[in-house]
Amino acid sequence: MAQAFFGGVHPHDMKAATNAKAIEQLAPPAEVVIPMSMHFGAPCTPLVKVGDEVKVGQKIGEFRGLGAPIHASVSGTVTAVEPRPYSMGGNMMSVVIKNDFQDTISEEVKAPADPDALSVEEMIEMVKQAGIVGMGGATFPTHVKISGGIGPVTDVLINGAECEPYITGDHRTMLERPEEIIGGCKFLAKMFGVDKVVIGVEDNKKDGIEAMNKVIAEQKAPVVVEPLHCRYPQGGEKQLCQAITGRQVPPGGLPSNIGCAVFNINTTCAIYRAITTGMPVVRKIVTVSGSGVVEPKNLECPIGTPVSLLFDACGGLKENTYKIIAGGPMMGMAQYTTEVPVGKGTGAMLAFCENEEQTVENPQCIRCGKCVEACPVHLEPLMMYQYAAKGMVDELNEAHIMDCMECGACAFACPARMHLTHMFKTAKQLVKDKAAADKAAAEAAKKAEEEKKEAAKV
Amino acid sequence: MTDYKNLKLIATSNPHIRNNETTRSIMLDVIIAMIPALVWAIICFGVEALILTAVSVIGCVVFEALYRILMKKPQSVDDLSAVVTGMLLAFVCPPTTQLWMVLIGDFFAIIVVKQLFGGIGKNFINPALAGRAFLLGSYAGAMTSWVDPAVNKAPIFGGTVDVVTAATPLAYLKTGNMDGLKEIYSVGDMFLGKSGGSLGEVSALMLLIGGVYLLWRKVISWHTPVAYIATVAVLTLLFPKAGSGVDFMLYSIFGGGLFLGAFFMATDYASSPITKKGQLIYGIGCGLFTVFIRYFGSYNEGVCYSIMVMNCCTALIDKYVKPTRFGVVKSDKKGAAK
Repeated sequence: MAQAFFGGVHPHDMKAATNAKAIEQLAPPAEVVIPMSMHFGAPCTPLVKVGDEVKVGQKIGEFRGLGAPIHASVSGTVTAVEPRPYSMGGNMMSVVIKNDFQDTISEEVKAPADPDALSVEEMIEMVKQAGIVGMGGATFPTHVKISGGIGPVTDVLINGAECEPYITGDHRTMLERPEEIIGGCKFLAKMFGVDKVVIGVEDNKKDGIEAMNKVIAEQKAPVVVEPLHCRYPQGGEKQLCQAITGRQVPPGGLPSNIGCAVFNINTTCAIYRAITTGMPVVRKIVTVSGSGVVEPKNLECPIGTPVSLLFDACGGLKENTYKIIAGGPMMGMAQYTTEVPVGKGTGAMLAFCENEEQTVENPQCIRCGKCVEACPVHLEPLMMYQYAAKGMVDELNEAHIMDCMECGACAFACPARMHLTHMFKTAKQLVKDKAAADKAAAEAAKKAEEEKKEAAKV
Repeated sequence: MTDYKNLKLIATSNPHIRNNETTRSIMLDVIIAMIPALVWAIICFGVEALILTAVSVIGCVVFEALYRILMKKPQSVDDLSAVVTGMLLAFVCPPTTQLWMVLIGDFFAIIVVKQLFGGIGKNFINPALAGRAFLLGSYAGAMTSWVDPAVNKAPIFGGTVDVVTAATPLAYLKTGNMDGLKEIYSVGDMFLGKSGGSLGEVSALMLLIGGVYLLWRKVISWHTPVAYIATVAVLTLLFPKAGSGVDFMLYSIFGGGLFLGAFFMATDYASSPITKKGQLIYGIGCGLFTVFIRYFGSYNEGVCYSIMVMNCCTALIDKYVKPTRFGVVKSDKKGAAK
């Protein structure tokens, strides 16, 4: 039964450019730039220095607190450890490795003798050591999600919605590597102790659903594929939970609050590879598409490959390209340079040269309410925009702006072309700053009070 | 290969794609939706109907353009909203309205109601209805003299309309003279638009075609018009002033500007609630006031004022009718209340 969530929009999916093209291996890059932050949490500390020899799969960055380790994606020599531009904006400490084109595998990469005999703790440890994060773009460390979810989680969901236009990496994975997906699902089922894993797939990927169902039938795997209506943002974690289980994640909560754990298709494959071969996350499938790309493709490349090489492999960019986006067109980050490397969460690199943007000179809200209809979190974007424009922090809080997940559905739907999502991003910072300032002021007042008391005592 | 250094890249916030719908395309859809009613008006009342509409549209566009130039504000006439206001204002005037009179209405609608409050999206009352209300207050005689299309039989081109003032169906409904009404117009006449009334309001059928077009194009949602018409229908069915409930109901919903109001006026974005729940409440409110004015007020026609009253309640409705936040289910609400 195809199901849906409340709200959302239906952009043209633009997937035809790449959904029939098999995943190609990119020619090995001469140099990779591996940023020390490719996960949700504090950046990693580099473990290597200039001149060190590294091998594929060798750990080169260790995490502290919440995070995941980072590994060398090619073998060769470290030529620099310095801040470089990365896809999340600005610069990030990165390890630059000159490729020796030998692809020597590190001794750290050890396949277990019998993957099926591993205990749950051992499997989680392997996931942790493999540096697996949410590969759909959120990059939340997977081992934390698993160890935190064991117990309360009753529904393990695999996110194959791929609701962002243009992106076809997950779709191709379903067609070309269904056994990896199903294998990963079986490990997840074992780790969580559930008897069924549900894969949610939008029904524009019928052949992908068939391919997976075939493998499920062959292996008699405890996996069910659930077709979903096409609607953005179906692949939002909370929307997927609602579409499949009918339950809603409470405001500010996580899927585990309602007994759900959601993993991306690519993450599931990475779990399968890590547990069967011990190989950490060193490669990524990237859809290179958009009107500015001469020949759109699905490419698999080492993490840290500069995106200019991806565009080169696709015949280069058209002359009037005005925008390059890491990620999908709805939530991706626009880039100011092609020097940025592919990270663990980079599912697509898009280049636009036509009128996709459709901006207007003086946007005027016409109060049509289409943003209210589109908001998957049921907020009132047009009201929030007015509050944000005037810096009304209390009203912003009352309008629950912190629930906004910046999915862009409101701005997409807006006929007046208001810069809604942009405004909410800045407004959320405003709210956070105000909260921090209030806290500091309260503490200062408390301190002053105490000092006064002390003084009175003396 | 491409020289990536020479690319002029812009880095703006997501989303990087937009829906094709624009303010202009929405207004164009509304204009298209009004064409059937305009064509019917020309058939009924002659080419004068077209001239009146054209003058009203030109008036609105010129007033808006001039205001934006004089006040040194970005030009906004190309969003076509002034054209919509001009057409709507002509639609709610009697076909015999003097041209200078409609221009005064245009001025009030565009300058006073729309631009002085900040332009498109900022007006809290529907400009066309405010323009009509202003004219009705200023020229009560001219604004309430109706011609009967059946009597005039105006030729489509070149002919002049002899003003034969006729009572509108609403006047019959007001006095409860159902037998008198049935003698001159059948329910079918009312539905097709063979009765007297304002220029664009006479044919419920033509307005329904336009309304369905707007619904199909998702320019409006069904909530306001359905709540509005259903409320009027239920009240007139249950409490007819005369005759049988069904007859009275049919004459009531097809008579006057109810369909024009429900599909084209009450659904005005700027002056109606933004949530679906709010729109239902607003539609029911419009229906209640329409029936109250028709039953107990001094005017025969209740649509114009009922919508204006509810326009003023919109901010209040928006304040209290909020969508339920994602993740807050009913049981949570009860828990929070405790």
